[in-house]
Amino acid sequence: MLAYIVRRLLYAIPILIGVNLITFALFFIVNTPDDMARMQLGIKRVTPEAIDKWKAERGYDKPLFVNSAAPGLSTVTETIFFEKSARMFVGDFGRAEDGRDIAREIGARMGPSLAIALPTFILGLFVTVSLALILAFFRATAFDFWGVVLCVAAMSISGLFYIIGGQYLIAKVWKLVPISGFGDGLDAWRFLVLPVFIGVLSGIGSSTRWYRTIFLEEVSKDYVRTARAKGLPETIVFFRHILRNALIPILTGVVVVIPLLFMGSLLTESFFGIPGLGSYTIDAIQAQDFAVVRSMVFIGSVLYIVGLILTDISYTLVDPRIRFS
Amino acid sequence: MMGFQIVVLWSDVLVWLLLATGIGVGVLIARSPPLLAAWRRVGASRAGMASATVLLAFLCVGLLDSLHYRVALDGKQGDKTQYAIEVLSLLDALVGPLRTENEKTYSAPFATHLYAKETVDRPGQGTVREFPRLKFGGAHLDDPAALVDDVGVTAFRSVALVTLGWLALAGVVALRCGGWRAVWRGDTAFAWNAVLATLAVMLLVLVPLFALAGQYHVFGTDKVGQDVLYQILKSVRTALIIGLVTTLVMLPVAVLLGIVAGYFRGWVDDLIQYLYTVLNSIPGVLLIAAAVLMMQVVIDSHPEWFATAAERADLRLLALCFILGITSWTGLCRLLRGETLKLRELEYIQAAQAFGVSNWRIILRHILPNLMHIVIIALVMDFSGLVLAEAVLSYVGIGVDPTMTSFGTMINNARMELGREPVVWWSLAAAFSAMFILVLAANLFADAVRDAFDPRAA
Repeated sequence: MLAYIVRRLLYAIPILIGVNLITFALFFIVNTPDDMARMQLGIKRVTPEAIDKWKAERGYDKPLFVNSAAPGLSTVTETIFFEKSARMFVGDFGRAEDGRDIAREIGARMGPSLAIALPTFILGLFVTVSLALILAFFRATAFDFWGVVLCVAAMSISGLFYIIGGQYLIAKVWKLVPISGFGDGLDAWRFLVLPVFIGVLSGIGSSTRWYRTIFLEEVSKDYVRTARAKGLPETIVFFRHILRNALIPILTGVVVVIPLLFMGSLLTESFFGIPGLGSYTIDAIQAQDFAVVRSMVFIGSVLYIVGLILTDISYTLVDPRIRFS
Repeated sequence: MMGFQIVVLWSDVLVWLLLATGIGVGVLIARSPPLLAAWRRVGASRAGMASATVLLAFLCVGLLDSLHYRVALDGKQGDKTQYAIEVLSLLDALVGPLRTENEKTYSAPFATHLYAKETVDRPGQGTVREFPRLKFGGAHLDDPAALVDDVGVTAFRSVALVTLGWLALAGVVALRCGGWRAVWRGDTAFAWNAVLATLAVMLLVLVPLFALAGQYHVFGTDKVGQDVLYQILKSVRTALIIGLVTTLVMLPVAVLLGIVAGYFRGWVDDLIQYLYTVLNSIPGVLLIAAAVLMMQVVIDSHPEWFATAAERADLRLLALCFILGITSWTGLCRLLRGETLKLRELEYIQAAQAFGVSNWRIILRHILPNLMHIVIIALVMDFSGLVLAEAVLSYVGIGVDPTMTSFGTMINNARMELGREPVVWWSLAAAFSAMFILVLAANLFADAVRDAFDPRAA
């Protein structure tokens, strides 16, 4: 098992290098630092001196890959690639446009992101799996048919509608909870209820329908027929046999998104004014803060790869037929 | 005689190219019995045909909006003709008054007065604060109280017209398909009853709406007084382009790489797998954000490339399609690779190899046709997701150009309006409803296509 995990981790390294190279190419070769400087400084203040100063302040004035002017090992380390891209591997993300340390900012913002994303994830999973189970139990009836119709309708509604509509109705008209904001400690729950509720609601349509097909696939398998042939009542067949077996693909399928919960949700956080990583990313995109966007791309990829490894491990844990090969 | 200059935007080229490809594929399908049988199953599905009717209506609007021109400006005789900076489309010409009859600011649907009070000088009474009459909405009424009667009469007339037209159409269908009863019960090979019912609903809603749109702002006006119905019509093209061109961009890459990886295996497979794992590892929104930011820098630093603002917005739209394509080909590629791995072990492929048929010929003649159902399913399934994604991306600020009308920019501009007193709900409601109808139709159509093409479902 340990050897398997180590091998999976080693396999992740070339992928991370690939991600790093792609982001580097996107941010420094497609556009030169000169272009970025012009964009940040605006049209009016662009002078060659201003651009040089902007680049020097951020360390963008070095060569891309090889610094032939520097002595010894510094020919490789005193470059944009090493300082801006390679150092992300050790968690050094540099500074944002406002001068703050990006790594510290990320550490501080993970908490609020998680406070929204984790309850949404767990509650959402519980609700959608339960609904799917009910639909599958009443399969091929009018109840099931209209349930699926409702699911298709729900997944055709834009996620923005759930947020804007929910905020308007629950927070503005009914005044049940504050419209947006975030509090410290336990007081934060008042601010969390609405975004979590809306997050769960907006995911119901597509997930319920997807889990229902998984349940139905399980229903048509041989062992289910055997269980019925033994004379087991339908409820026992359903809850003891089908539910347990169908949960395997469902749970292993969602493992991949668990690490990404740290990143928070772009839309929810920006609409509800939650100081998490999602709103950090949106602010950076809108302020065209290249350093922050670059860091978030890298962190997101690391978390995704962690999710993939966890998925592989969870498969081997739940299904003994899969060997560690 | 007013001159005009035809403007061909890049996205127009792709739209018409897409239509030509669609027709070409249709001809090919008609020659292939299994695919034709699958499409017949789609045609027999009532939900599928009802949604196809709605999609076709959206498509017509989008196509009309994809023929662009610039009007010649009046100049002195003998001068070189100058053309207006504004790029218009055939749709703009057809709905003329909707585009030009702009009010001052917000006005509710079917309103005759502006949303906000203004200070008006009344001779004899001094200045008074009142809701001024609209310049165009209901301007033909002497007395605003006659509004309900006027709307009722116009609506009634158009409903009567629609009923006659629909009955004629239904009659033709009934004659061709063996009587009213067969059509009503759905005993026809093609789901005519669904098409006719959808058409009836659509015509009953749309024809009175457009009949009234000449005199009223049926969906109200937005902050700068532009008609919301006009914005909805213009958004359709953007949504269709995002949904269709993106798939068109990624399809060749995904198909080629997927088949090559599965068929040749070995280092080719390793390389392609590595490529899509890397691209897949970057969370979609972030990769799109990074790419769009970079594209914005390129566009901003080369203003000399674009003759008009429309061309700049158009290029940005296309670039967005390419970026979305780059981030979304991996899923289909993986599916096709897995399926090719299975196919290449089958007897008929091995027989072809034993006969000495070249690899590329095997791929083209024996593997590709057997993957077509996956490609078609992926194509229709992606559409609705892309339309929804456009709205989110435009909200985040990495979507289409802010000057380009789309559902996303409409929602983005209107999102603070629910906070006003009294509430301005019509822009948001119209944008969300139009998007809902489009996406719902696309989802239902996709389901019908999947049911008909997926061999597992049968």
